[in-house]
Amino acid sequence: MFLEVKGLHVSYGDIEAVSGVDFYLEKGELVSIIGANGAGKTTILNCVMGIIPPKEGAIIFKGKEITGIPDFERARMGIRIVPERSRVFPRLTVYENLLTGFYRIRDREKFSERLSWLYEVFPVLRNRQGQLASTLSGGEQQQLSIARALISNPELLLVDEVSMGLMPKLVDQVFEILKRLNEEHGLTILLVEQNAYASLNISKRAYVLETGTCVLEGDAHELMSNPEVKEVYLGN
Amino acid sequence: MLSSYAITIGTIIVIQAIAVCGLNVIVGFAGQISLGHAAFFGIGAYTSAILTVKAGLSFWTALPIVIAIGGLIGLMLGLPSIRVREDFLAITTIGINFIVEALFRYIPFFGGALGIGGIPRIMLFDIRMKGIPFFFLCLFFLCIVILICWWFTRSWASLAFYAIREEETAASAMGISPVRFKLLAFVMGTSMAALSGSLYAHYMQFINAGDFSFPVSVGFLSMLVLGGIGTIWGPVIGTVILGVLPELFRPLVDYRILFYTLLLLVMIRFQPGGLLGEKSLVKNILSRTFKRC
Ligand SMILES: Nc1ncnc2c1ncn2[C@@H]1O[C@H](COP(=O)(O)OP(=O)(O)OP(=O)(O)O)[C@@H](O)[C@H]1O
Ligand SMILES: [Mg+2]
Repeated sequence: MFLEVKGLHVSYGDIEAVSGVDFYLEKGELVSIIGANGAGKTTILNCVMGIIPPKEGAIIFKGKEITGIPDFERARMGIRIVPERSRVFPRLTVYENLLTGFYRIRDREKFSERLSWLYEVFPVLRNRQGQLASTLSGGEQQQLSIARALISNPELLLVDEVSMGLMPKLVDQVFEILKRLNEEHGLTILLVEQNAYASLNISKRAYVLETGTCVLEGDAHELMSNPEVKEVYLGN
Repeated sequence: MLSSYAITIGTIIVIQAIAVCGLNVIVGFAGQISLGHAAFFGIGAYTSAILTVKAGLSFWTALPIVIAIGGLIGLMLGLPSIRVREDFLAITTIGINFIVEALFRYIPFFGGALGIGGIPRIMLFDIRMKGIPFFFLCLFFLCIVILICWWFTRSWASLAFYAIREEETAASAMGISPVRFKLLAFVMGTSMAALSGSLYAHYMQFINAGDFSFPVSVGFLSMLVLGGIGTIWGPVIGTVILGVLPELFRPLVDYRILFYTLLLLVMIRFQPGGLLGEKSLVKNILSRTFKRC
């Protein structure tokens, strides 16, 4: 298994945000976690990235337990996150932001290759290369954040609420990009979304999270026709 | 003809500027507060004094050891400090300053209250360095330190530092280890302070624990804040201004520490970027004046 998370418990002080979640990803899969506000989606992703420590449980990446490994080392192992609310570096230029994503990777040629590819995917970034990231619009920052994660050519991409703040057309575009990355480049993606329809639509499997526990899991398209899911998350 | 008085002032300014450049790496580049920089200035001075006076090494053989020890102690003290919160870091570094000063003062090996005297002058090409030649030697070292800082701001490291200062979590998740970079800054900054201390020892030829007390650290920080935190030339400008001012207004000498503290507070309140930093009033006025010309 590519990524396996077992018995994950995470607490903030006395509040338990995630109480015993299990899930897995096979290599090359695109898997979604959907759930309402405060269900614990961001908490789970941050825990897989290593930004916050779990109280209990194990995270296994490519057969190796990484539970105690700090985030910057996980990044070097090929895990990258597109964090909630983009978190670009405001006083670095767009280009410099992308450079930070390439940290420790010395292959200059690879960098320019991936850079021109990303500029093709997100043309607005090319036009704004020299501009400070703080001067970008919210949606543009979101694109920059995705590009920054992708430039390192990760093996596992964690995507947190990428549709937030993007206009509908861009949402479709970004999901299309994620789908393409997954299908054509074999990138394994764990997607966390409020926009359940869009994320289930491109996913192979999905987990439904409710206040820190996983209540449903299975084939994404089957879940889409599940009456409960339909009512609560798809709004029809 | 330069008077020897002017040369003395100039030499001290250049030596201090080296230490302030080091402080700039820690405070400006890595964004870590340090209120105990004089401790490392003192460690450099005492190490070089002991190695030359007691062990009979030349300044030049001692220098790499001095720099290494300065950096190593910086690393050791940096390790626990970096993990504490910012306000604690301020207190911790003040504590380090007091402890180091006390060690110099009360341990007989460091000369106790008397300090260490008879520190030899630096020999270069069979010339005993003092006066103008020594001034230029110090200037040479300052240039190297500035070059290192300049190279630093152009390199990968500065990008990493920027990223860490702005969004530490995001930077860390990008593979940039905050601890590693902060320690790097501590080591660089304290090594520069040690170099500066060594030059100071061989210039004064006599050192005493009081030369490295907490007010000296406050002085360094004032110079940095005045000139511009995180800029290349700020440390130099700040040191020159604060080095020259008390000579022009003698009363300032007696109230130096009060003046430094006030300046620090005023700058942080009204011009946190310093004279050369962002949103600098002086820079704005200058550029406007030049545009008009
Ligand atoms: N830093 C924190 N300190 C205390 N509680 C927190 C913290 N972060 C999250 N929580 C709590 O943990 C729970 C899960 O939060 P989380 O951010 O994981 O939810 P989410 O599913 O990502 O929600 P959203 O869809 O709104 O982004 C919430 O109840 C939240 O209030
Ligand atoms: Mg969230």
